[in-house]
Amino acid sequence: MLTKVHTGLESVPGVWWKPAHKSEKVWVGIAFVWCMILFAMMPLWHWKGGQNPSGIRRKVDPKAFYERTVAFAAQHKIGEDRGVPIVAPPPGSHIYLTAMAYQWYPILQLEKGKEYVLHLSALDVNHGFSLYPLNVNFQVIPGYDYGLRVTPTASGDFRIICNEFCGIGHHTMVGRVIVVDEQGDVVADNAGASLEQEGRP
Amino acid sequence: MTAPALTTPGVFRTCDVTGRKIHRQAELLVRANAVTAVVALLIGAIAALLLVLTRWQAVHLLPADWYYRLLGVHGMNMLIFFIIYFEMAVLWFAATVLLNARPAAPRFGWFNFGLMMVGTLMVQWAQWTGRADVLFTSYVPLRAHPVYYLGIILFAVGALFVSLQFFATLTMAKRERTYEGSMPLVVYGALTAAIIAVITLVHGALIYVPTLLWSLGIIETVDPQVYRMVWWALGHSSQQINMAAQVAIWYMLGALTVGAVVINEKVSRTAFVLYILFISMASAHHLLVDPGFGPAWKIANTSYFMYMAVLASMIHGFTIPAGMELGMRLRGFTQGFFGWLRNAPWGDPGFSSLVLSVSIFGFVGGITGVTIGTEQINIVVHNTLRVPGHFHSTVVSGTAMAFMGVTYYLLPLIFRRRVAFWGMAKLQPYVFSLGVLLLAMGMTFAGSFGVPRRHWDISFSNAPYSVEFTPAVDLMLAIMGIGGILAVTGALMFIAIAVKSVFFGERIDAITRGTAMVGVPQGLTHPPVHPVDADAKNEALHAPARGIMGPVPGTIVLVAIFFIAFVTYYFTNWKLLSFLWKIG
Repeated sequence: MLTKVHTGLESVPGVWWKPAHKSEKVWVGIAFVWCMILFAMMPLWHWKGGQNPSGIRRKVDPKAFYERTVAFAAQHKIGEDRGVPIVAPPPGSHIYLTAMAYQWYPILQLEKGKEYVLHLSALDVNHGFSLYPLNVNFQVIPGYDYGLRVTPTASGDFRIICNEFCGIGHHTMVGRVIVVDEQGDVVADNAGASLEQEGRP
Repeated sequence: MTAPALTTPGVFRTCDVTGRKIHRQAELLVRANAVTAVVALLIGAIAALLLVLTRWQAVHLLPADWYYRLLGVHGMNMLIFFIIYFEMAVLWFAATVLLNARPAAPRFGWFNFGLMMVGTLMVQWAQWTGRADVLFTSYVPLRAHPVYYLGIILFAVGALFVSLQFFATLTMAKRERTYEGSMPLVVYGALTAAIIAVITLVHGALIYVPTLLWSLGIIETVDPQVYRMVWWALGHSSQQINMAAQVAIWYMLGALTVGAVVINEKVSRTAFVLYILFISMASAHHLLVDPGFGPAWKIANTSYFMYMAVLASMIHGFTIPAGMELGMRLRGFTQGFFGWLRNAPWGDPGFSSLVLSVSIFGFVGGITGVTIGTEQINIVVHNTLRVPGHFHSTVVSGTAMAFMGVTYYLLPLIFRRRVAFWGMAKLQPYVFSLGVLLLAMGMTFAGSFGVPRRHWDISFSNAPYSVEFTPAVDLMLAIMGIGGILAVTGALMFIAIAVKSVFFGERIDAITRGTAMVGVPQGLTHPPVHPVDADAKNEALHAPARGIMGPVPGTIVLVAIFFIAFVTYYFTNWKLLSFLWKIG
């Protein structure tokens, strides 16, 4: 016996807890199984997939992180572009990038196919790390160190766009990441960028 | 105070269309909140036009400071003021008109309305004078003037009190037996919205009170990651108030326009309960690429919990069209799979709003939302234009469209005026929806190329290093721009109709059944009543011999198409993700 025909605007007298039609049951079943698949994909990708936002995460004093970045930049500096050091750390090492209004510091030069642990943090406010043109995005938060294992799989001259509002100069905040291939050549795929490198290896 | 008798003249009036008893004070509270909502919509829409003409890089209208300022103004007026004032109207309406009940403490209701108004004015002042250039999210340590935070707190407290008054009104109605049995499903949906509102507004207080103290220099710091976590329990959960209210309105518009029935109360109400239980945790999907949380926390909150809310939406995605289909079939439109759709009142703005709202919310907003809220896929989405692309197709073409649609019925029923510019009103849902759809599509595809959201200049003319997007982005931004202009046009059409009707509209003394009236939707002049043998017809349609397709074959075809689109979009995004650098 079905509930008396009524709309959602009418109160329902009596007991309305009644079995659903088969079509409804099947749809709810399909939707439930689909939700379980949606769930399973995430652990599965951690296990089998190559792109995960896990990382090494810890709290850090923003000034201490910035000082660590400056020391790291001084240690591996190989050149300069518009006042920002170009830094070529050895593959496999921990590398540091500080976001601050309105700059990414320093410029990283990485080797294709090698793994690095990229530590991201901010000195002042929230920033957004967006690697162009790959479209890889991470939130950068002052006081938090986000250490991501990255392996560049293509060489080129990449940009870091800030995609979290950080103040009136937000839209001018662009950084660089250079990835060199096996021959060590910089592939500048962006003609507008001028390289003023000295002492390149 | 003794309860006024239901027959007291001057306190209640009897609606000549629905026969419901309408309390005078409740009616005035509905009107005041709805009118304020439309004013906020106007401010938000003007800001929207200027913003979209700035993001359309070929036009690039505003200077940088005004772009960011108006982005905050647009966010607050649309997402908070327009929507929450309208929801206050919905709460008052659902608790009193739909239950033939009197409002609990109407004078306290006016006090709360005043509180919200003071909060609104404080926020507007801070934003327009450049004292709160922190955007809608106001992530610390970006700092706004204390008045800004205080204004939000006052507004939230007022809304919280109204939610409590809603519960009190329901309790009184139950005790005074103003209705029989269980409350109508639409009120149940509004109750869901009110419960989520309480959860949400408590989180709002938890984060804005310390932030206010910090802005006054009383406490030293607010942790930026903790802020993001608690803020999103306000910022996203408030969208779930919208969703619950919007689903309730879907049920209401279905009933008013085509006589949609509730297929199964158990299924629909259980789906609402799933929202209450699981939707708050879904806020965690804003933090998927944040440094403060591990994968287990992210996965637990966004999948186990959020997907139970997704399940709820997929259930409503079935029961809403199914209710409409069955309602139409019971009224004799039984032809084929889609005879009920062909014979539907497409010229009724209440009906077209409903269909457009359900379709775009489901197919665009829902599918993109679940996909981009996946832990790993979020890496290619976070803070790009894909995010506003998603939420404009939920909160604008879904929620705002539903609110506009129900307004076409509230104008004759509550304001007792004809809908002005009736020809334009019939067109408005189509203009608005198409505009938002183009806007959302343009944003989504531009965002897929990495175009950031909340960014004044993607030509990067003042940046130290050049960034050049592919020319396809220009095309996408042009589509976004044209869509935005169209959407704002649709919004202004709605505002013109609402303002003209409310303040200068022709008063309706009586609505005669069976006679079409200009400015009165067909659902009121020709109410979609079910035949006397509806129950017998219903049993026949449910007969086991009809098999799985049962009473609603058309809906089954529609949800099958939806499901295929969902699965395809979801796995395409995983495929695109797999092309990236190795990250972990």
